Amino acid sequence: MNSGALQVNGEVLDVQRTGKYFVMSVTAPGIVERTQPGQFVTVGMGGETSSMILRRSFAIQRVHSRGMYGGTLEFVVSPAGKGTKWLTKLRRHDPLNLVGPLGKPFTLPTKAVSCVLVGGGYGSAPLIMLAESLRDRGCRVDTIIGASTEMKLYGELELKRVSTSLTLTTEDGTAGIQGRATDALVTILDAAQVDVVYACGPMPMLASVAEESTARKVFSQCSVEESMACGIGVCMTCVLPIVGEDGVTRMLRSCVEGPIFRGDRVRWSDIGTIPDGTLGKEVSQP
Amino acid sequence: MTGAVIVSGRSSDHSAKSAFDFTTSVGSLDLIAPILTASGCAASGRELDNYFDITAIGGVVTKSIMLAPRSGRATPRMAETPSGMLNSIGLQGPGVESFIENDLAWLRQRGVRTIVSIAGGSAEEFGKVAAKLRVASGFDAIEVNISCPNVEDRGQVFACRADTAAQIVQIVRRNSDNKIPIFAKLSPDVTDIVEIASSVAQAGASGVSVINTLLGMVINTNSMRPALAGVTGGLSGPAIRPVAVRCIWQIRNALPDLPIIGMGGVRTGHDALEMVLAGANAVSVGTTIFSDPSAPMRIQDELEHELRSRGFTKFSQAVSYAHREVDVILQSDSQTEESDHTDEDWDFISE
Repeated sequence: MNSGALQVNGEVLDVQRTGKYFVMSVTAPGIVERTQPGQFVTVGMGGETSSMILRRSFAIQRVHSRGMYGGTLEFVVSPAGKGTKWLTKLRRHDPLNLVGPLGKPFTLPTKAVSCVLVGGGYGSAPLIMLAESLRDRGCRVDTIIGASTEMKLYGELELKRVSTSLTLTTEDGTAGIQGRATDALVTILDAAQVDVVYACGPMPMLASVAEESTARKVFSQCSVEESMACGIGVCMTCVLPIVGEDGVTRMLRSCVEGPIFRGDRVRWSDIGTIPDGTLGKEVSQP
Repeated sequence: MTGAVIVSGRSSDHSAKSAFDFTTSVGSLDLIAPILTASGCAASGRELDNYFDITAIGGVVTKSIMLAPRSGRATPRMAETPSGMLNSIGLQGPGVESFIENDLAWLRQRGVRTIVSIAGGSAEEFGKVAAKLRVASGFDAIEVNISCPNVEDRGQVFACRADTAAQIVQIVRRNSDNKIPIFAKLSPDVTDIVEIASSVAQAGASGVSVINTLLGMVINTNSMRPALAGVTGGLSGPAIRPVAVRCIWQIRNALPDLPIIGMGGVRTGHDALEMVLAGANAVSVGTTIFSDPSAPMRIQDELEHELRSRGFTKFSQAVSYAHREVDVILQSDSQTEESDHTDEDWDFISE
């Protein structure tokens, strides 16, 4: 349940292009004050007469609760579809309808522990706010951001500022170390004492972050990306198979029971199916 | 249907906000207001209570519940379409016992007018779910979902045939308290929806809920395969509203006294009004909730405004009003002062 979520009419303050992405700054009075790292907002698409009836969800990169506009927040858009392209064409003072903050935030350690943050593509956006919170708690924060190519890396400058160390990886070698973010993660896991791994990015990356972490008995928290219709827990679209403490697999909603899940609880290779043994799986009748 | 209702001029003057009777009766189900949440679009109301006072609307129609827990279909379960969406959730739910213990208990404690939607893979299952609910009690009506398109076998869409539709309604009626109204939710994917409506009415349904989603399909042009894991899905949203209005109209025309809950693509109070004029005694809001979580409350307020601005003083006056045989005298509700009239007031006169 997102009992603290609000629906507000905000306004675009700024749209900044960075690489393949756009950073949107919007006013979101009320939402900002409640946001914790890892939470997201949903945005209504195309204005009142739009034929796009579903909202789009975006991880919150950062919030500013003070300043001349009151509460403002930032999120990152990759203009891939009709809705996201519309969004990136908005200009200062255009209205936006926002619902948030939604979803469970990252679980933060109570002690000053050693953390590794892994971001794939613009999945690194919510890690900025997370890194700030971890540093405030005295944690060590080693951050890895990876992408297929330099233009798809995101958040280098911001994350360098808030991290103890920052590693870049690109698959084509155009920036940082050639390879995948998870290769760099394995190097750190094998070389140093790591207590928690936090990750946000494409599902295959999350699956391998969880696998490598769990194999070394390191706790991992992954922010999943599932397509959502409502974002508030009523449509049952964004489900994925999660193993509970009782060992039973359930199809849980990533919008309210996630988007942050323990890496060792997600049945990564079964996403997109209803795996055998899932609670309530229909047994086909002879 | 042909009552002499006084229709106003096109006054939009609400300054003298006179009392407006928003109550409605859908058969023996009395509601404080005519807007409900549509089944499958509001879970059990709890999440939406965060965005508006869920007790201020007519009531909640809960997501269809089955006898046992059910995982639903694989993902992707959703695809956006022009002014609509396809879903193939496949009736994911916790089973009727968990529903009674958690969801129904919450609704009761919160004081929400509750219509429990039930589903089943067989007539027997419908009967068992109804029997469990009868023991639990604490709800106001049952909606029998015989029209979910997201089932393995098209034969399970009981609403596609008059005889199977009637059979399910009969068994639910037999297993329910006599005082509990039962609404059969119908599919628009039939040749003659009036035939199905008559059949369920004869089988003991107190009324009908029209419409469920239309069976549809989208191909993902990147993967060049069906977009949904379940291949086909139910089409909902504003795209289907004219189909819903047509179904309501046809049923009302043939069965003037049958209570109708209208639904299908209602996005505004204006849309809701259309359904009411076509014959709906109450209107459910569904897919629009996904884009606007406070939609049911907003639409209810907008509907009141739409009705008042047309001079209605009671919601019930507007029900089926589009079926009236003769137009009655037009009279403004704003005390008909000459000075009130502007050219705009008369723009309906063609020159």
